[in-house]
Order: sequence, then structure tokens, then C-alpha cells
Amino acid sequence: MMPIRLLNRLCAACAVLLVAGCATVGPPSKDDPLEPWNRAMYEVHQVVDGKIVKPAVQAYVDVTPRPIQSGIRNFFGNLDDVVSVMNDFLQWKLDKAGNDMGRVMINSFFGLGGIIDIASDAGIEKGNEDFGQTFGVWGVPQGPYLFIPVLGPSSVRDGTGLIVRAYASPLSYIVTDVPVRNILYGVGFVDARAQALQSESFVDQAALDRYTFIRRAYLQRRAYLVRDGKPAPANEDD
Amino acid sequence: MHRNDRRSTARWLAAAAFALVLGATAAHAQDAPDALVKRVSEDVLQIAKTDPRVQQGDRARIKEVIDTKLAPHFDFERMTALAVGRSWRTATPEQQQQLIEQFKTLLSRTYSNAFVQYRDQQITYKPLRLEPSAAEATVRTEIARPGGTPVQIDYSMAKKGNDWKAYDVIVGGVSLVTNYRDEFNQQVQSGGVDGLIKSLAAKNAAPTPPPPVLK
Repeated sequence: MMPIRLLNRLCAACAVLLVAGCATVGPPSKDDPLEPWNRAMYEVHQVVDGKIVKPAVQAYVDVTPRPIQSGIRNFFGNLDDVVSVMNDFLQWKLDKAGNDMGRVMINSFFGLGGIIDIASDAGIEKGNEDFGQTFGVWGVPQGPYLFIPVLGPSSVRDGTGLIVRAYASPLSYIVTDVPVRNILYGVGFVDARAQALQSESFVDQAALDRYTFIRRAYLQRRAYLVRDGKPAPANEDD
Repeated sequence: MHRNDRRSTARWLAAAAFALVLGATAAHAQDAPDALVKRVSEDVLQIAKTDPRVQQGDRARIKEVIDTKLAPHFDFERMTALAVGRSWRTATPEQQQQLIEQFKTLLSRTYSNAFVQYRDQQITYKPLRLEPSAAEATVRTEIARPGGTPVQIDYSMAKKGNDWKAYDVIVGGVSLVTNYRDEFNQQVQSGGVDGLIKSLAAKNAAPTPPPPVLK
């Protein structure tokens, strides 16, 4: 009896969210055909993130000593560099591949397994290629925008990239002990969320409608990363 | 003789004044867009680093610095027109004036937060190759982030009279001006231009969220 009632309540809550999503939809955006669904997911995210994730991450930032935080950040940054190397090759950007491979080797061996980012101190710039960008470089369009609760803004293309990444990340084949690996995934997530805390207060102040502001910023940013920071084709009047 | 003397003095004075004005404008025009961005950024960063009231997060003082040091170098009319998009042309001059005023306020309030957060940044200014006759330019700068990819900040600038003024700031590929276009469109579609003005005013009247505490 109890679970059914709970299920009913959940369904009712979802229905309300969906309707609320529909009600606030403005002009349809060609990048966001699933806007009613996404807005509902955004509302779910706001609740889960605001009530659980964000307070926990804030506590982590407040309690953890700075050097340990940056060690953790560098460690996961080093894993990101491995993913960058893979994607540099997939995009056939060999100079970048060399650069990022150098970073991984220096930081893994001399930076205590990536905990110290010696490469950056030596002026070797960090790359940031991922599978979503590689698909973009290959000509795969962004596809419908997706707002994924807990993870945040994404798209069909970039979301697919995230799934590929989960299998390609060194953690998935180097760490074979499942509980340990899951803990590491958890710490990586907390670190990633902590990095977003600052830009968030900016969005709070800047946006009239956070959902729309985040969507436009995300799509602009991803297009820019796929172009590798080259100037955008001019479209002042679209 | 006497009169003649006086006349030549007057003429000399006029010539001197003319030269001064000319010299001043020439000096101004020499402030190429990249030099201007550098001068203004360094100036403002210097204030952010040394002014005790700015460091304490005194909003009134920060607003003063933004209004006197930054705002004069931005073309808010063009920025607002860009952000509003198509509806800009259908807005009456009064509505346009209100939109400019509200958008300017929104941007300065947003930036007063960033101000406190980013004062310790190391900025690299990329050299700019520019034709002397050019009326548009993009000034590229980069902010280093320890342990991260540097963030590219580009200023889209245009010559207005003798001065260069920025009309967009693009942070890591995100244009701070056109990023508003979807939101503004949304507002205009549901409540017209007046609806947009109203929601901007409401946003500006709301208390500023406190800046995050940095450790």
C-alpha cells in the first residue's frame, strides 16, 4: 500500500512539474525542442541540487584544507588530460596530443600521480578536449539540448560523449575495486561541482531567467570549444 | 601698432589653443583599442587591489569605480540593441532609453560581483594588428587560472567619433551581450517591450545576492 501511494505522489509531482514547465515556455527555441521536459528536469535539479548536493559540496569546500582540495582537483585534472589526449588523437590534432601527453607524463611521474600540477607551473598549457567536442569536430550536430538533473546542461551529442567518457576514463580500467572506484567517482563529482560554485553566483545575478541564460551560455560555450576558440562566424542579426 | 600687437597675440593664442586641442585629440586617437583595454583593465585592477573600500565589498564604492572608470568605455546603446535583437527597431525612443538604462544597471550590478572575485588575476594582452582606417576590432586577452585552461576574454570594439568603445565582452566563447537575446525575446513575446523593461527593473530592484566567500 505504502509504496503505491508514494508512487502516486511522485507521479503527481512529475505531472505538476511538467505542466509548470509547459506554462513557462516562451517562443520555441530550435536548439531546445524538448524544452517542457527540460524545464521539468531543471526544476527537479534545482530541488535535488539545492537541498542535497550543493550543501554537501559547500561543506566539503569549507572543511577541506586548501592544499588537499587542489591536490584532489589536480588528480582529477590529470585524468581529464588523459581523456584530452585520446580526443586530440581522435580529432587528429597531433601538436595538442603531444602537449597533453607531456602533461600527463610529467604530472603522473613527477607530480605524485597527478596530485601536483607541475606541468602548468612549467608553462605547459592544459588542454580540454572531450568526446562531445570530438563528435562536433567530426560534424555531428549538437542535437537537442538536454538538462540532466544533478549533472546540469548537456545535449544529445555531449551526453553521448559523457557515456563514452565513463568507459574511456582511466579510472574505469585502472581501479578494478568497484567500491573504491565508486568513491573516486564521487570525489571527482564533488570536486567538479565545487568548481561551479563561483560561476553560479554570477548567473544568479546576471540572469532574468536562469534556465534560458544557462542554456544559451552552454550552447555558446560548446560551439566555441568545438571551434577551438576561433572567432565565430558573424551573426549579429539572426 | 598697439592694435596689431594685440591681434597677433590673439592669433597666437588661438593657434596655441588649436594646437592643444589637436594634440589632445591626436593623443586620444592614438589610444588604440588594445592599449585602451590594457590601460583601463590595469587601472581598475589596481583599484581593486589597493582600495580598502572595494576590498571590503562596499557596493557604493564599487559602483562609483564602475561608473567612472569602466562605463565610459562601453557603448551601452549598441550593447542593448544587440541584446534585444529584432524588437529593438520596433521600440519607441523612450522605450529604447529605458532599456539602455536598465540593461546598464543590470550589467554593472553583475560586474560588481565579479570585481571582488577576480582581482588577483594575471591578464595577458594579445597584440592586435589593426589597419589605421579600421573602425572595428576585437581585442583578445587571456586570464590564467592555476591548474586550469586559461580563459580567453575578448572585447568587441568599435570606433565612435575619436574613441574606441566596447560593445561586447566574450568570456570563454560566451558573449555576455547576445547571451541575453533568448531571455529578452522571451520577455518581449509574453509582455511586449514594456514587459521586458518591467522585468529588468524588477531584477534591478531585487537585492544583490551576496558574493561567494573566498578562502
